[in-house]
Amino acid sequence: MKRAYQRRQSGLEVGLWVLALLWSIPFLFLIVISVKPTEELFGKALSLPSRIDLSSYVGAWTQGGMGRALLSSVIITGGSVLGLLALSSAAAYVLARRTSNASGPLLLVFVVGLIVPAQLGLIPTYSAFRHLGLVGGYTGMILLNVSLWLPLAVFLYYGFLKQLGHEYEEAAQIDGATPAQTFTRVVFPLLRPVTGTVAILCGMLIWNDFFNPLVFLSGTQKTPLPVAVYSFVGQFATRWNYVFAAVMISLVPALAFFVVAQRQLIQGFSGGVKG
Amino acid sequence: MTRQDTQPLHAAPPSREARRDARTTAHLPPWWWLLPALLLVLLIRYGAAIAGGWYAFTDWNGLSATATFTGLSNVRAVLADHDARSAMLTTLKFAACFVVLTNIVGLALAVLLDRHLKTRFLLRTVFFAPVVMSQLATAFIWRFLFDYSGPLNGVFDLLGLPGLKRTWLADPTWSFWAVVVVLVWQFSGLAMVILLAGLQGIPQEVEEAAVIDGASSWQRFWGVTLPLLTPALTVSVQLSVISGLGIFDQVLALTGGGPLGATETLATQVYKQTFVYGRYGYGTTLALLLAVLIAAAAILQQLVQRRAERNA
Repeated sequence: MKRAYQRRQSGLEVGLWVLALLWSIPFLFLIVISVKPTEELFGKALSLPSRIDLSSYVGAWTQGGMGRALLSSVIITGGSVLGLLALSSAAAYVLARRTSNASGPLLLVFVVGLIVPAQLGLIPTYSAFRHLGLVGGYTGMILLNVSLWLPLAVFLYYGFLKQLGHEYEEAAQIDGATPAQTFTRVVFPLLRPVTGTVAILCGMLIWNDFFNPLVFLSGTQKTPLPVAVYSFVGQFATRWNYVFAAVMISLVPALAFFVVAQRQLIQGFSGGVKG
Repeated sequence: MTRQDTQPLHAAPPSREARRDARTTAHLPPWWWLLPALLLVLLIRYGAAIAGGWYAFTDWNGLSATATFTGLSNVRAVLADHDARSAMLTTLKFAACFVVLTNIVGLALAVLLDRHLKTRFLLRTVFFAPVVMSQLATAFIWRFLFDYSGPLNGVFDLLGLPGLKRTWLADPTWSFWAVVVVLVWQFSGLAMVILLAGLQGIPQEVEEAAVIDGASSWQRFWGVTLPLLTPALTVSVQLSVISGLGIFDQVLALTGGGPLGATETLATQVYKQTFVYGRYGYGTTLALLLAVLIAAAAILQQLVQRRAERNA
């Protein structure tokens, strides 16, 4: 009986691997087409390339400005995540530790902010930012991202802090540490797991965001990867090897990060959602 | 080590009063640490949303400092506009198909990859990978797969079934489903991970007890696993409803809203009306409509969930 059970298991395993292979087909085509010579593109979508041609990568890099877009993505994502971590951890720390009559309503401001649809505020934000000269620059984009994800970040930090004991902080205070020293040297290091979750979750959403930079940075030299890919495809609509080289360049950083950090990433996602 | 150093180890733990004294306000973080976060959220999330709600009832053109209140005229214009009505309907259809299919596929993957299989970690990684990738970039890969001279039609040629070939993205019926396929492919891994977290919270003994009672695996799934999985399923459904109503990247990259507006959603309409055609007041009204839809979906879901919990 045990053997029959095992046979069923391995059958299931093989079946799931077939499905996984089908699931990966888009990625397989991405790699193959990106190195296909242009003359082999038409009419032979399923054939393998006769030789590996990297000229599409050169084209995407030079004509699509992928290097500049990569830098923009790093600046926007890095700046936004750093700002988010600093502001949300400090805010959640005050909310979790300084309990007064105002704490409840203040926490509610952040929690309800989670469900205020960002779409509704988009157009007024755009017009206000334009008056303030914040459209078309990194500062405005970073401010926007920070404010969009602050409710989620504060919510996650608050939940973690409420479960964290006071002992270490009290010890530091008895040793004469100021609140700022207590926070930077004792509390923040203790928050490492939730800091990781916030950084990964928000970092990924900001890195892949297309809509907001399309609205706030279009037509500038500061567009991040998704917008750069979009305008590049606009120019090279059916030159699929060019398109895929650009897509590949835009996906490699995320893919590399995913391969390195997939365990934490998957845990961070399920843990982050559970709160 | 002196005797004095070791003494506190044997001392009684500090009394509750002593601990409260140690936590006087002087040691607490200053309240203004909260301010930057609070101001940003109040200004950009709340302030802008309220302004958006207000501008939806004015003739604002996005440039002028003044906006005249025009009552429901924008709302009437939206409701009378055939394109807007069809965008609303398409948004609802997308969201419904997306929520149902993503969660069914995610649930199946989660259940199959929960415990027994040897390579379950590797398999989870494969199914989760699309979640991490830029939605826009992956949509362009799919546009190639669906291309008339692309691989999908190529396979039908190879199988000797050229009758099944379609202009997938240029055909009003098929383009809708093409977008749905891409969405399900991209997000099923996320549902899988959320539901896996839920499954791992179910004690193994409960399932074993069901096995001993002679329940088939099907009965065990419906009678034991699914009811205990409800909290995780709620999170996953909630998340997919919100993202399903706001679908934008895939539509713009796959079809641009076409053919003949067959895949146009409220989110793509908000973008086009406002930033392409410069109709700010009309655009905010569409954004308000989208926000109302999202809020209504959230409230409806809460009500259904409450009722389900009461009946359970």
